[in-house]
Amino acid sequence: MRATTVNIASKTIAEQVVNTVKSSVIKVSDILMLPAIGISLFLFLWSITAQNIHTSLGEFPGPRAVITQFSALYEEHQVTREKAAAFYERQEKRNQAKLAKDPEYTPKIRAYTGKETFIDQIVTSLITVTCGFLVAAFLAIPMGIAMGLNRRFNLAINPIVQVFKPVSPLAWLPLVTMVVSALYVSDDPLVSKSFLTSMLTVTLCSLWPMLINTSMGVSAISSDLINVSKVLRLGTFTHIRKIVLPASVPMIFTGMRLSFGVAWMVLIAAEMLAQNPGLGKFVWDEFQNGSSDSLARIMAAVVVIGLIGFLLDRIMLFLQRQVSWDKSTANA
Amino acid sequence: MSTPKIMTNEQHAFLNISQIDMVFPTDTGGFTALKNVDLQIDKGEFISLIGHSGCGKSTVLNIVAGLYQATTGGILLNNKEVNEPGPERAVVFQNHSLLPWLTCYQNVELAVKQVFHKRMSSAEMKDWIEYNLKLVHMDHAMHKRPDEISGGMKQRIGIARALAMQPEVLLMDEPFGALDALTRAHMQDSLMEIQNELNNTVIMITHDVDEAVLLSDRIVMMTNGPEATIGEILDVNLARPRSRLSLAKDIEYNRLRSEVLTFLYEKQRKVTAITSPSKQPITPPQDEQVKCASQG
Repeated sequence: MRATTVNIASKTIAEQVVNTVKSSVIKVSDILMLPAIGISLFLFLWSITAQNIHTSLGEFPGPRAVITQFSALYEEHQVTREKAAAFYERQEKRNQAKLAKDPEYTPKIRAYTGKETFIDQIVTSLITVTCGFLVAAFLAIPMGIAMGLNRRFNLAINPIVQVFKPVSPLAWLPLVTMVVSALYVSDDPLVSKSFLTSMLTVTLCSLWPMLINTSMGVSAISSDLINVSKVLRLGTFTHIRKIVLPASVPMIFTGMRLSFGVAWMVLIAAEMLAQNPGLGKFVWDEFQNGSSDSLARIMAAVVVIGLIGFLLDRIMLFLQRQVSWDKSTANA
Repeated sequence: MSTPKIMTNEQHAFLNISQIDMVFPTDTGGFTALKNVDLQIDKGEFISLIGHSGCGKSTVLNIVAGLYQATTGGILLNNKEVNEPGPERAVVFQNHSLLPWLTCYQNVELAVKQVFHKRMSSAEMKDWIEYNLKLVHMDHAMHKRPDEISGGMKQRIGIARALAMQPEVLLMDEPFGALDALTRAHMQDSLMEIQNELNNTVIMITHDVDEAVLLSDRIVMMTNGPEATIGEILDVNLARPRSRLSLAKDIEYNRLRSEVLTFLYEKQRKVTAITSPSKQPITPPQDEQVKCASQG
């Protein structure tokens, strides 16, 4: 009698273990296997199709050619770094020697002027997009809060927002370029003109989703919470800090994520068109270069652009989860 | 009531709701929601406002709170006119209205800091917040967020927040309307207990006849809108502390209950489309009949 109950108990435990293992296997396969299958299918179709497209620059690059170019680009980067290091070493030695001869001599230090590598371009692009985005956020969020709080202000501003929102970065670019070269005149510029041009173009295009989402989030705050604030007689700034900002943080972050996505896309286009340093310029240079490796290099850049865009979105999502009280809005 | 008595009442009334009209602007002209609502409330009195949905009970409460401005007439609290919201007229909202990003403690803290920041040290504030949370029996969950506690618990925190402002008048807009019957009964007992201790001046909106009779000193019954006004006022002279169990068989309690029911379902019966009016006798709706039967 006792033995059977023990048996039954152990059997059910065994079953439970099997079941949990089963369900976790299903989970793992869902999370890892399905995307793996999707990616392999894509790579397969890509390589098949690529073989059948013949361009004036040779066969369209398949996955293998792109991977080869990745390592080539990395090697070029290493080589350039070594050259730069060697250049600085030589310069240092030369200056030391001159100083030893003549203690009055003020050493000249020049920066290395070699071609920017793929990795340099990535870093430049990331810095530009972040700066442009931050400037946009700095303008759009306070403005959006003001629009959300004040219906009259919203009515006054809204037509302008609606008209400028759909404008492509390519239309802004010539104007921004000319305005920057006219106004940003300095003998010792803090940042280069080209950086400022791409950054401002990014700002102009990523302003709108943040502005619209912030103002919508603020105007949608439940009237009950507004009434709480009124009964407590919170001052305007306390009201914004304690009620408005936390209540609209989920919407503000949704806007910021949208804006960051737009900013990244706009940046590549702006760099391409304006010959500003960055990934866009890398793509354009390779296209103009027209070597047999060019297409594979461009394709490598495309993959990197996509991966960085994805990564930026994940970072924003992570920040949103950290900051927002409403966890339901911070899903994928 | 004789005329001179009204005069003295009006002069010494703690809270004077004086001949209020409320007209809301609509596309087709003004909609008169309230017409000549006039009520004097003494300090420490517990008033229930009862009436059918849409009769303007909430409008009266919002005017007293200062969230709406009466079109004509006005509110005097301690002989001072009320024309904006303020913490001396704390509101317990129907759906708790807690800030979801703050813990229960922080929700009460926001109110306490705003009201007492000049008069209390931070240690005193902490004690005062905890005292109020204990009063509503929520000190065990004070560091939880509103979405981690039940509806009744949220309403308790809402009450604690309002009490912590040490209001001169506590305004409650159907505070227990969204709760299930058992939780509601529990909350009513808690509220009576708190009221026993603090003796606040309270105006409470309710739909629940039992709740009104159990808790109130006076029940103010409102006529149907538009142009809603006070229909009748019922004095509830039941000894305190009251217990729902012993009152269930009390003759006076049941008389008061049926007075309110008569007002609501005979005198102010909501006009609804009835297919064959001649055959339909005027009776209380089904659920009320059942309630009456169960009350004995």
